[in-house]
Amino acid sequence: MSEFTFLFRGRLISGSLEERQKHLEKWKLWMNQLRANGHINEHPGHPLEGSGKVISGKNKLVTDGPYAEAKDIVGGFMLIEAEDLEEAVELAKNCPIAEVDGSVEVRPVQVLRP
Amino acid sequence: MDLSDHLFRHEYGRMVATMTRLLGVRNLILAEDVVQDAFCRALEVWKFRGVPENPSAWLMATAKNRALDLLRRDRTADRYEPELSRILQSEWTLAPAVDELLIENAVKDDELRMMFSCCHPRLPVQAQIALILSILCGFSVIEIANAFVSSHAAIEKRITRAKKVLAGSKRLFEITDKEVIARISSVHQALYLLFNEGYHGGSPGVAVRSELCHEAMRLAALLLDRPASATPATYALSALMCFGAARLPTRLGGMGELLSMFEQDRSLWDQQLIDEGLKLLEFSATGSELTEFHIEAAIASVHALARRVEETDWRQIVSLYNQLSAMRPTPVIALNRAIAIGQYQGPERGLQEIRAIPGAKRLAKYPFYFAALGEFELRRGMRDVARHHFQAALVLARNEMEQRFLEGRSRVCEVRVACRD
Repeated sequence: MSEFTFLFRGRLISGSLEERQKHLEKWKLWMNQLRANGHINEHPGHPLEGSGKVISGKNKLVTDGPYAEAKDIVGGFMLIEAEDLEEAVELAKNCPIAEVDGSVEVRPVQVLRP
Repeated sequence: MDLSDHLFRHEYGRMVATMTRLLGVRNLILAEDVVQDAFCRALEVWKFRGVPENPSAWLMATAKNRALDLLRRDRTADRYEPELSRILQSEWTLAPAVDELLIENAVKDDELRMMFSCCHPRLPVQAQIALILSILCGFSVIEIANAFVSSHAAIEKRITRAKKVLAGSKRLFEITDKEVIARISSVHQALYLLFNEGYHGGSPGVAVRSELCHEAMRLAALLLDRPASATPATYALSALMCFGAARLPTRLGGMGELLSMFEQDRSLWDQQLIDEGLKLLEFSATGSELTEFHIEAAIASVHALARRVEETDWRQIVSLYNQLSAMRPTPVIALNRAIAIGQYQGPERGLQEIRAIPGAKRLAKYPFYFAALGEFELRRGMRDVARHHFQAALVLARNEMEQRFLEGRSRVCEVRVACRD
């Protein structure tokens, strides 16, 4: 088993309350599946606030941000256990974020020993 | 934690009502924004962390915190509801005062006040219904447009205008006995029409229609929950809705065609709702008030109690229609009365009664006027005449379900073998 992060971009921004509730139900289903198959070992995931601060450079310049386009902002992340990158990608394909034209970035967590 | 059906929509109504109380009715739009915000947050957090133990409380608390931020930021004098200005004086009282507003009973009162407020006398009843659906039932503009078979733009305009009128009132409606008596009949009327829109309305989606009926019933139950608004008329209206809802699943056939009372599979009528209706009808009989809802509910109960259409007590129905005509002399009621007479006195008599309806000209656009003529002609064997009537009715059909029903009736006239009496 290897560890992966899923970075989520994009979210449902419009839509009726009914549509939002239905969308939520799909996430619940997806999460339950991941959990049932042992892909989530700890915390289910971390939603992120839309904005915060960015500290950058030698001067530790603090700016508001991130100011990217809404669809490019990471809205949350989670840690996933999967056999390999291929399996992780398959898991991400079922994420309901696709319905709202969002994306999942799958990144293997680097391990200490090469 | 599972989410109950329509939880978001139903919580929306409660939350907007309470936030409007908190922020003042002139800030209605702001209150709605605060609530929308809470739902956005819920979606983002819950999809990762799961639905909390008590989702309603979570949502209300989230909206409350947002509203508190707004109040702290802008505490100056009369921007908010006058009744709140005193308790908003200090930070020390602010949070407990707000919590006071969120206890269950206060929230229910808020929903009720909002319902009465939506039935503002300056608004036409169609606008009142749209407002109720938008604010108290959490329907989107598209959903309302679907329900009314109307255009998105027209509904949006109607709602925007109505919200402006509502926000222009000094404060939300007060539930004191005197105020309630003055406005409750408008509230009844709006809920009655909301239910009818679901029951008879033109939206082709069965789901949409039954939702409208259920929303009307949910709001009527709120009225019953408070002594000031649990009047005999409220009981009668609720009874009427129960009888209608009991039959709702049988109103459409497999092809999406309307089924008349004669064709519905009565074994599928919801007995629990019928029993509930009978109980409510009994409660409605207290006091001296006799409304049209009482009579309409009584008529519906006679139908509901007949296991087979042949067992219907038509005499009783005719006598109730006589009473109803006396209260509201409309050609449609006269038509229904004539149809009932024809059921036990024969088609000739039915036809006579229909022709004798005063102001029958006003029925010239009503498809079921011609359908009734067709029905009686068919029963006395005048197939060609009957078919002409059904064809005339077909031209006037207001939606697909009616159209299919009338096409079916017209086809029956062409079949040589008589398949029904």
